[in-house]
Amino acid sequence: MSSGLEAVKALAAGFATTFKHLFRKPITEEYPEYRRQLPERARARIILTRDPDGGERCVACYLCSAVCPVSCISMQSAEREDGRRHASWFRINFARCIYCGFCEEACPTSAIQLTSMFETCERKILSLVYEKEDLLVDHGGKDKEYNFYKYTGVATQEGGKGEHIKEAKPVNVKSNLP
Amino acid sequence: MEWLIGIIILIFKLGLVMVCLLLLAAYLVWIERKFLARLQIRYGPNRAGKFGLLQPIADTIKMMTKEDTVPETADRIIFMLAPAVVATSALLMFAVVPFGSQLTLWGKKIPLVITDLNIGLLFVFALSALGVYGVALGGWASNSKYSLLGGIRGAAQMISYELSLGLSLVPIVMLAGSLSLVDIVQAQEKYPFIFVQPVAFAIFIISAMAESKRIPFDLPEAENELGSGYHTEYSGMRFGLFFLGEYVHMQVLGALVAVLFLGGWRGPVLPPFVWLFIKIVLVALIMIWIRGTLPRLRYDQLMALGWKVLIPAALLNIMVTGAVLLL
Repeated sequence: MSSGLEAVKALAAGFATTFKHLFRKPITEEYPEYRRQLPERARARIILTRDPDGGERCVACYLCSAVCPVSCISMQSAEREDGRRHASWFRINFARCIYCGFCEEACPTSAIQLTSMFETCERKILSLVYEKEDLLVDHGGKDKEYNFYKYTGVATQEGGKGEHIKEAKPVNVKSNLP
Repeated sequence: MEWLIGIIILIFKLGLVMVCLLLLAAYLVWIERKFLARLQIRYGPNRAGKFGLLQPIADTIKMMTKEDTVPETADRIIFMLAPAVVATSALLMFAVVPFGSQLTLWGKKIPLVITDLNIGLLFVFALSALGVYGVALGGWASNSKYSLLGGIRGAAQMISYELSLGLSLVPIVMLAGSLSLVDIVQAQEKYPFIFVQPVAFAIFIISAMAESKRIPFDLPEAENELGSGYHTEYSGMRFGLFFLGEYVHMQVLGALVAVLFLGGWRGPVLPPFVWLFIKIVLVALIMIWIRGTLPRLRYDQLMALGWKVLIPAALLNIMVTGAVLLL
């Protein structure tokens, strides 16, 4: 008899709970009207950034394309007259990209970066293939001040041998002969 | 001439009731989705039209335009007929439900019921039993193990609960002295039967929910163990017909609850059919609330509840009512 009473009590408690929920404000976030602020490091659409002086950061080292687990990045490297390397073409197939962020981690020049822009749906799958001009933006992304050629030992317009930041003057290798 | 007018009136009434039933069935789905969503602190459908009011229409168009697939090894004819059995048996049940007393048009009295069968209640039970065929045959003809399990469960459950459903109504018939639903409503002129038969009301509601295969008793569907059971293999409008049947069944049971316990179309101020409508929707809302609260019963619990609790309780109720009536 007492177990029966308990069952009735439990039932009543359940019905009371659902009835109370009826008057609560729904917790649904209605997406297109309300867009939640995504975390800073949310990984979505990939961009190619520029250094503070407006030059392309990408040096076409192929590290991103090598590390990409789904092989969605391809490019062709080339060299400018001043010795600065760049990609003559750069292509990301977003139909294949899994937004793992490995390319961003592999990039030595902070060129390739993931943004939080995720609304890239298209009806035609071919329009998800982004070329270099679609990927390039005119800002530095997350790493605003960095300029690879100001640090590297390669002689370009940014500076000759020994003129870069934190770089010692070149040593005359003949000077320390016995 | 008299005969022709009779036919015309009958066809008009049939059309009206059919349209109302189908429309209400469609919007019952909307009500269910909305109400259930609010119980679960969600919004429910709110994209198609204001408050998602066009959702049922969108769903219907979707169902109509979907491919109608029949599994290769299915028993084709039975497979294609089974949903129609469910839908028609549910629709036909409404034929004996009165939605008003009488209408006098041009000196001619029109009873506001499609047919006032003197064995109306029996007719309802006969059709409700026929509905089992739709479920069982649909499950069997699909030639899939999940469908078959769902169909068998459906048959066993519906036959078991048919007993308590029928027995719970015997006291009502004893009180009203008639099997005709029109007479039962007439007998509730002074007070609705829920006040004198609360036990029968509880038994009837529980059995009715088992009959319409709704959530604490949705073992024939059981989407997380049988992958939606007897209608696993159905698609397009045939699947839609199963659903239509289920929602019409819900309405019919709501109407039966209204007619047998809540005084049918009786009520102050508002016109009779509005009262019937309000009562049907109220019963539906309570069913949805129950769906939003209770988990599915286990199969043995289902059978134990039916055979060990509801049927003895119904029998006891009959005896007590009989004794009180004799005294």
